[in-house]
Amino acid sequence: MGDWNTVTVPVLSSDSKNIFQYTSEKKISPPNMNSQVLRLPLPSSKSMHSFFSAFCTEENIEQSISYLNRELTTLGFPSIYAESKGKELNLISIINCMNELLVLQHKNLRAQEEVEMQHLKLGSDMDHLQNCYAKLKEQLELSKREIVGLQERDRQLQSKNRNLHQLLKNEKDEVQKLQNIISSRATQYNHDMKRKEREYNKLKERLHQLVMNKKDKKIAMEVLNYVGRADGKRGAWRTDKTEARNEEEMYKVLLSDYEQRQNQLLVENAELKKVLQQMKKEIISLLPPQKQKPKERSEDGPVLSDLEEDIGELNKENIWELSCETVREQLTNSIRKQWRMLKNHVEKLDNQVSRVHSEALNEKDVISREDHELETEKLELEIQQCKEMIKTQQQLLQQQLMSPCDDDTTLLLQDCYLLEERERLQEEWRLFREQKKNFEKERRSFTEAAIRLGLERKAFEEDRGAWLKQQFLSMSTDYKRSENVTTPSAFLGSSDQDNRLVKSASQQRKPHCKLSGPVSAEPCQTSQYITRNSSSAASKKPAGDSKPNQWVESDKEETE
Amino acid sequence: ASCVQYRLVVRDVSTLQILQLYTCLDQIQYIEWSSDSLFVLCAMYKRGIVQVWSLEQPDWHCKIDEGSAGLVASCWSPDGRHILNTTEFHLRITVWSLCTKSVSYIKYPKACQQGIAFTKDGRYMAVAERRDCKDFISIFVCSDWQLLRHFDTETQDLFGIEWAPNGCVLAVWDTCLEYKILLYSLDGRLLSTYRAYEWSLGIKSIAWSPSSQFLAIGSYDEKVRILNHVTWKKITEFEHPATIVNTKTIVYKEVEKSPSVETERLSFPPTRALASSLFSMQSKYDISQVPVSLQYIKPVADRANPKMGIGMMAFSPDNCFLATKNDNIPNTVWIWDIQKLKLFVVLEQLCAIQSFQWDPRQPRLAVCTGNSKLYLWSPAGCVSVQVPVEGDFQIVSLSWHSSGDSMALLSKDSFCVCYLEREEV
Repeated sequence: MGDWNTVTVPVLSSDSKNIFQYTSEKKISPPNMNSQVLRLPLPSSKSMHSFFSAFCTEENIEQSISYLNRELTTLGFPSIYAESKGKELNLISIINCMNELLVLQHKNLRAQEEVEMQHLKLGSDMDHLQNCYAKLKEQLELSKREIVGLQERDRQLQSKNRNLHQLLKNEKDEVQKLQNIISSRATQYNHDMKRKEREYNKLKERLHQLVMNKKDKKIAMEVLNYVGRADGKRGAWRTDKTEARNEEEMYKVLLSDYEQRQNQLLVENAELKKVLQQMKKEIISLLPPQKQKPKERSEDGPVLSDLEEDIGELNKENIWELSCETVREQLTNSIRKQWRMLKNHVEKLDNQVSRVHSEALNEKDVISREDHELETEKLELEIQQCKEMIKTQQQLLQQQLMSPCDDDTTLLLQDCYLLEERERLQEEWRLFREQKKNFEKERRSFTEAAIRLGLERKAFEEDRGAWLKQQFLSMSTDYKRSENVTTPSAFLGSSDQDNRLVKSASQQRKPHCKLSGPVSAEPCQTSQYITRNSSSAASKKPAGDSKPNQWVESDKEETE
Repeated sequence: ASCVQYRLVVRDVSTLQILQLYTCLDQIQYIEWSSDSLFVLCAMYKRGIVQVWSLEQPDWHCKIDEGSAGLVASCWSPDGRHILNTTEFHLRITVWSLCTKSVSYIKYPKACQQGIAFTKDGRYMAVAERRDCKDFISIFVCSDWQLLRHFDTETQDLFGIEWAPNGCVLAVWDTCLEYKILLYSLDGRLLSTYRAYEWSLGIKSIAWSPSSQFLAIGSYDEKVRILNHVTWKKITEFEHPATIVNTKTIVYKEVEKSPSVETERLSFPPTRALASSLFSMQSKYDISQVPVSLQYIKPVADRANPKMGIGMMAFSPDNCFLATKNDNIPNTVWIWDIQKLKLFVVLEQLCAIQSFQWDPRQPRLAVCTGNSKLYLWSPAGCVSVQVPVEGDFQIVSLSWHSSGDSMALLSKDSFCVCYLEREEV
């Protein structure tokens, strides 16, 4: 500030140098305030210096002051004169004006700075945009070039493709041509071969003739002796009969082969049919009877009869054994139908399950359960109705059996009858076999008994011999005894005598009888058998036999 | 029975003892037993003579001389009492009867590989004939040689005929230039024709299944096609690729394993047994992991009868397996499961397969590859057996005994019999 004061004085009487000093001092004095601002005029200090010197000199001080005043007043600043006239300068106003001017200057400088900054920014933006633009232009160029290149390639590939197609066609044509050539060559070769063969055949014929004509004694067979045929049969002449027989045998061989094959196929067929039937039954069992519910509600009569017919058909398995077209078709169609129904059912169940998963509401479950219960009740009712219908149908069928209506049904019924008859026959066969077994057993026991009888007879004979000897020794007593027993019986003659003798012997000699007791029981038993079997023979049981009968019975009781 | 030069040696199978020794007039080319095993015929093609020897009466002899007609082939009839001789150039077939000393002639027989075929029960005989460049088939009744049927076939050049085991169907196939197989019934009706493709080389071999249910046709395109006996249509075809990728197939690969020899036991000069075991490589089977690639040989294209296609086929006697050999892959035997119609097992050998034959009783396959080892396969596994012979024994072919207990292994100039033990259960 001290500088300030001292400076103002020389301003009034200054020359350019002082002003320059002033300005330079001004610059130096408030360096902390606007050093930047003050630096600006630094490069143009010389010009400023010249300008300042040009503006105010010693001569035009007043003019310049008045000019300054005018300018300032036009700019809105208060006048720098102390009063409106006079040459007295208002220092305070001058300082204010100067301060205002400085502030203005600062503001302007700042604005300038800002503008310059903005200018720089815009410039850099501009540069950036220009760069981008340049790059994009480059890229566009590049892509355009690429497109052109790709189009070129595409064209090339297409032309290649066309060429390849053409080549392929050419190749195919060539192949066709070659095949034609091959075929024509083959025919040519065949023709040539045939020609050569004919020549060859001619040669062969010639050779054959020569060979045969030579009458080679060597072509012969020496055999030491004839050999018998392998199967021991004699050789037969060839006649028409043998020809016919051969034909017959050949056809027999063929037929047996075909029959064997047919049997195999029948067996296979039967098995497959059984499997199909089983499958059908299982499918029907799997299916819910709900399917039949709506049907029943709508039409009662004919539908039910259809059901009954189906069930009835199922029971008549013998129908399936007839392998005619219609039956086969029926079976396959019915299986297909059932399978489709089962499939639909399964699909429905799947849907239900998925619905249940998606809607996890308990209420619905409860409702569905109730529905199920209701439906099960309904199903039970239906089952009962069906059973009743089955019964009525069976009755109707039996009625029908009485009056045969169609040929088909009669055939079927006959088949049923045949089945029944067959079963009866089988039963009878079984009984017959059992009886046969029993008879065999009896026969065996018969034979055993007969053998035993023979042995006993021998023993008897011996005994008899010994006994006769004794009889001779004591004849009178035996004679009396023998007269008592007069038995006309159906027994065999020798056994009669034996019996009588035995009985008399038994009456005589108890110990002997006891020895032969069991032995004698056998013939009596056998005689009983004989009587049993030949019922007509021993009808009468004479009184005289009561004793032996009793004895026999007692013996029988003993043995039994 | 075996023949050595001009002698016929008959041995017992179980003991290999020489039972009989017969001398023929010339070198024997072909021997055949009669069906009841009482006679043996020896054919000498060069001299045109057939001599028949009896086993029961060594003194009995029979000589059939064709003279200038020459002899090309000779065989027994199924009743064992007639001999069919094919004269040179296939001029005719002479039927000589041993019972009646009578002769019959069959004219114009066809000169092909399998021109005569007998049914399994020996009742009928089919002969392929060719007259005026057309093929015919004549069916004769073997009991009295009466001509039963004579019909022409739609073949270009019949290659072979074969009866089905049930004796009711005759398969007739054409030359390999045409893929055509015709099926005729016993009474001469054409049942069906089968043609797989045109122009390429056709059928190489066929095989009937023992139940007559299937007919396997092996062709030059390395495929086997199976026809069924009900519709005579193809039910499946088996391919024989060089790479096996299916994981369900078992591949047995023969690998060599060198014998372990202890050096201390080596003696000088080395004993014969040791020497043979040193130089003969032991081999065993390894299971290779799928995928396996096999050795594929492409034959030269400009030669006739190329070694390609399915050359050998055989059904197992229980009708469960089919063994095939693809000539393009000559070291491998392919075994197919017929019940599942899939490839079951592949046996890869070190050398080319010479022949294989099924055991007539069980599903057991014996394979020989020209070295001294015998290879056996059964569904339980497979094993390679060294023939314990000093020196070289290259097995060229083999033949099972009808009971399945033993088999004869033939090499070029010797043969041995291999006995198989039955498992004690």
